[in-house]
Order: sequence, then structure tokens, then C-alpha cells
Amino acid sequence: MGISHIAGNMPVSSPNSSLIYNALKECDIRLLSALPETWLVHLIRLAEQDPEMTLVRLAKEEEGVGISAGAHFAGVKSAMLMQNHGFLASINGIVSFTHLYKIPLLMLISYRGSFGERDPWQTQGGNVTEPLLRALGIPYCFLDGAETVKTRIRHAQTLADSSLQPVAVLLTRDLMWEE
Amino acid sequence: MLRVDCLRSIYAELEKSLVVTIMGAVAAELQSLGHRANFFYLQHAMGLASSTGLGLALCLPDQKVIVLDGDGSLLMNLGSLSTMARYRPQNLVHIVFDNESLLSVGGFPTATGTGTDLEGIARAAGVPRVVTARDLESFKAAAIGGLQANELTTIIGKVEATGPAAYVTSLTLLENRFQFRRHIQSLKRL
Repeated sequence: MGISHIAGNMPVSSPNSSLIYNALKECDIRLLSALPETWLVHLIRLAEQDPEMTLVRLAKEEEGVGISAGAHFAGVKSAMLMQNHGFLASINGIVSFTHLYKIPLLMLISYRGSFGERDPWQTQGGNVTEPLLRALGIPYCFLDGAETVKTRIRHAQTLADSSLQPVAVLLTRDLMWEE
Repeated sequence: MLRVDCLRSIYAELEKSLVVTIMGAVAAELQSLGHRANFFYLQHAMGLASSTGLGLALCLPDQKVIVLDGDGSLLMNLGSLSTMARYRPQNLVHIVFDNESLLSVGGFPTATGTGTDLEGIARAAGVPRVVTARDLESFKAAAIGGLQANELTTIIGKVEATGPAAYVTSLTLLENRFQFRRHIQSLKRL
């Protein structure tokens, strides 16, 4: 159908998407809220096909901040899956809910608009992603090689839980894009 | 119809549910009736009370979840109606107090005061049960009906644009947040 057809024409790394997905499962993530973008198609399909995962498809990314807070209150580990522009769209929720109320939040953010980006419309978001994360005091790391995916996701999840704050994992071109 | 009377009329139901409120008058008035460990007041992040309720309802299908929303907050996150309708948790009752006003910042009119129809929007978003209540009796009946229906319900309660004298209460945000989560953990151990 639509998504797999599109993904089939795009060099998004299926093996690395599976590595990321499996790492999330090993951290006991049982709810993913997501808004699709090209780099995330395999991840979203994996979540969709997994009966153990609650996948919440959002209209806008900021909703995911509230949904993850609800999941945290319910004792369910969750993560948000979004593009960096979705992170930009979530910032008020992050500041005035996640930070204000000390809610752990694992955010997987595809780092579009950085080196190698061909789509002009992604490039401004690429410029401001890391400065904004730093300005907000959000710890972040990069997923840039298959061998470190599992430990970095586990460490990010551990830090979010122990510090009761949002933590970002940036999905990079090196890992997600096979071209 | 006064919002505080609406809250009083369903207080017994609220005590038995997990409740998420928006900031401002709703939070202050509910606290004036009596705070409970199962009440969480989202004192900012306008728009996200309904998303929080959705997350709770999806993760705790055996618990009734009530969101006490407002026209100003819902208008900031109308997409939430389509997301709730998409998953339509049967344990979620979404109550929107519509006073056609951003009351706590001076009473500036919202778009519901100039014709925007939240009932119509919720219905068109796909929420299976949508009710508008204009008096206390129909409000209470709609709320109890929603809790018994086992179907996602949005209730638009048309209320007057009046509120409490003060919005800041003695309950600190973090105390509320940790108490709410501990309360849910205690439910799971039962």
C-alpha cells in the first residue's frame, strides 16, 4: 500500500530502523506516538505490525507530549517519534508540561536539514535543532552507527527516567539513509 | 449555567475516575470543591489536557478517565479531537466547558463566541458521542451517560464566563503530579 510503496523507492535503512525498534522494545517502550516522515517509515510500520506496541498517530507532534505524560502517569514507558520540525512544534508542551512537571520523555528525532540534505525546505530546521536543544537544556545524543544504537537508546531512556526530564536521540543521515 | 455547579453536580463521578483538568478557573473551582489524589491539574501547556487524557485512557483501559477541557484550550489543539476519535477509547469522557471566553486573561472572546461550533467540530472529527448541555440537569445526565456508554464521548457544557476570585491555589504543581502518579500505581496494585 501507500507507505511501503513510497518507502520502497526511498533508500531509508530498513536494517537500522529494525535495530532502533528492537532497542526501544528492549527498553520496555510500549507506546509510541508518531507523525510520519520519510526517514521514519520503517519504524512506524514496525510499530504498526507489533501487537505489543500501542501506536498513536498524531495530527501534530505536540499532542505526543501530553500522550507520553499520560502514559507515564499510567506507568507505561513511551517515546515520541518525529522529525526535528515536529520537535520545534512541540516546544511549548516540552517547556510547560514536561519540564514544568518533571515528566520523563524519550524523543527520537530525525535530524533533517543537516549535512547532505537535498530538500531545501528542511534546511532551516537543521540549523536550529541543536541550538534549541541546548537552549532548552535537553540532553541529546546522536544515532550515527549501527553498533551503538542499542546502548545509546538504553542510556537515553535511563537518563530520562532517572532525571525526570526530556532526553533527545537524534537520528542522523549516516544511520537512516542508504545513499 | 455555572461551571462550578456543573463540577459539583458530577463530583461523585469525578471522585471515582481519573480526572485531568486544564489550567485556570476549572482547576481552581475543582480544588475549591475538594482536591483528590486522582485529580491532575495541567496548569499550563494549553491544549494538552485532552492528549494527556488520551494517553491515560489508552494505557489504562479499565479506568474511567475524565478530561475537563475548555473552549480556549481545545481551540489550541483541535487536532486532538481527530486523534481521540481515531482511537476512540471507550473509557474516556471529554468535557469541554465553553464560556466563549479566555476568562483568566481578561475575558477576551474566543471563536466559539462568534459562531465556531465545537459540537459540530467534534462530531465531524469522528467522536462517536457528542452532546451539548445548556442546563445543569442535561449536563449531569450527559456526563453520567458518557461514563456509562462505554464509548468516547465529548460533552460541550455551555457555561457563563465567570470564575473564582483567585487562580493560584496552595497545591503545588509537583506535589499534585507525584501524588497523581502514586495514586494510579496504588490502583494497579489492587
